[in-house]
Amino acid sequence: MIRDITFGQFFPAKSVVHALDPRTKLILVVAYIVLVFIGNNFLCLGLAAAFLILATALSKVPPKLMLRSTRPILFVIAFTAILNLLYIKGDVLLFEWGFVQIYDKGVFTAVFMAIRIILAVLGSSLLTYTTSPTDLTDGLERLMSPLKVLHLPVHEFALMMTIALRFIPTLIEETDKIMSAQKARGADLETGGLVKRVKALVPILIPLFVSSFRRAFDLATAMECRCYHGGEGRTRMKKLQMHGRDAWAFGITALVLGGIIAASILLPPVF
Amino acid sequence: MPILETKELTYIYGQNSPFEKKALDTVSIAIDEGEFVGVIGHTGSGKSTLVQHLNGLIKPTSGSILLDGRDIWAEPKKIRAVRFEVGLCFQYPEYQLFAETVYKDIAFGPQNMGLDEEEVNKRVKSAAAFVSLKPELLEKSPFDLSGGEKRRAAIAGVLAMEPKVLILDEPTAGLDPKGRDVILGQIREYQKERGSTVLLVSHSMEDVARVCSKVLVMNDAKCAMYGTVDEVFTRASELAGMGLNIPQVTRIFLGLKERGYNVNTCVYTARQGRDEILRLLSQAKGGDGR
Repeated sequence: MIRDITFGQFFPAKSVVHALDPRTKLILVVAYIVLVFIGNNFLCLGLAAAFLILATALSKVPPKLMLRSTRPILFVIAFTAILNLLYIKGDVLLFEWGFVQIYDKGVFTAVFMAIRIILAVLGSSLLTYTTSPTDLTDGLERLMSPLKVLHLPVHEFALMMTIALRFIPTLIEETDKIMSAQKARGADLETGGLVKRVKALVPILIPLFVSSFRRAFDLATAMECRCYHGGEGRTRMKKLQMHGRDAWAFGITALVLGGIIAASILLPPVF
Repeated sequence: MPILETKELTYIYGQNSPFEKKALDTVSIAIDEGEFVGVIGHTGSGKSTLVQHLNGLIKPTSGSILLDGRDIWAEPKKIRAVRFEVGLCFQYPEYQLFAETVYKDIAFGPQNMGLDEEEVNKRVKSAAAFVSLKPELLEKSPFDLSGGEKRRAAIAGVLAMEPKVLILDEPTAGLDPKGRDVILGQIREYQKERGSTVLLVSHSMEDVARVCSKVLVMNDAKCAMYGTVDEVFTRASELAGMGLNIPQVTRIFLGLKERGYNVNTCVYTARQGRDEILRLLSQAKGGDGR
């Protein structure tokens, strides 16, 4: 069922992580990803993993749900791991079969890279699980606002993003409905060759397109009725505000970052 | 033998997920050929889910659907054939129009059935005539029609498949009273002329009372009542408990009965009401109406 596609995977709960300012979370996620890629030995990754586990525990997001977010990129992870496994040459040959040669260093690197990617993905999904799409775009808009000096339409970008996110579930629902309606008239979407299948999409795409335009016009009218005139002089109902907990979050992350930098300088790298 | 029958039909949305919800709970109904069934129930009662089962758009979690005594899921590969026999017209069907001309859009169903050009042409013409779309409109783009015309063109798209069972999900939603009367009249005419079985999902008790012979009441994913219009609408208080209202006229007559007047409460339209009051008055002249 098309409805099963999870998007905007916000997981509503009351937790410290949810309550953090979206700007804090955005900065921290960027910092976290940098930190995961700075770390060049397993101790660094261990520290990073521990940090993530702590954050997840605080966020009340079920670990199962967190792990599920890695599912779409399993292929990428496997691909990276296999490439590393095959191409990194080391001192100890573990396995040989034809042109396939696997060295100890290859295994280490493969595992290391896989963990790195998984941690980075988990880190960013923690952000999307704990921040609603609206908060996220709000945070982005505020973080990007210095770019206004360069005449970049930051507010408009943020608004476009909000609208796009808002309409994804609506459009999915609409697609579902139109598909059912055409199937009820005998549309055959499941069989036939490529050309036939592409042609079968026409009766779905055209109504979907038409209705998107209709929705866009309706939305524009509704916005104008409420005197929307762009970002200029616009005030906010919910002002983003940093709190003590944000300072704590920055502090802890800085500590972990420091730890990882120290560990990666002092300890020998994996490769 | 009933033409369409469900046995212990159960459907669960999002099974094994936190959003799990029973949309249909052991629904067993039997619909006879030539019947005009009104399906009522308030939002979320499962009526849309039910009708989508009847033409095989949704596969039941458990239970079965029999068309002419044959399980429609006996051969899942042939489910498309079921959809030609049980025509389903969705709510706001005008949003599914897609072809360059009204003709091509109405012909979509018959063409999918694999009929030859001549037969398709015949069916499109007759379906358009049923919903009184003027022949010159057939060559126009469906997007240039008025709202009411679009709705009728979309309904014609389902009629053109000439299904044995026709299901319409709120065909009059969002239309003005005149447009509503026109469409209901056309559906009734179609049913009379073809002798086909029709299911009409509706919110309007007045509409159901006026055109249907039987009423199916859905409540909380279950089939709460199924019987003739008279049988169902006399249980007004039960219906009210489900958040449903019987037609206003009927309410007045039930009230009159409660107050001791000897009236027939099977009154669903203003016209019937007028006749009943006139009867009562003439009776009162002759003797005591009470």
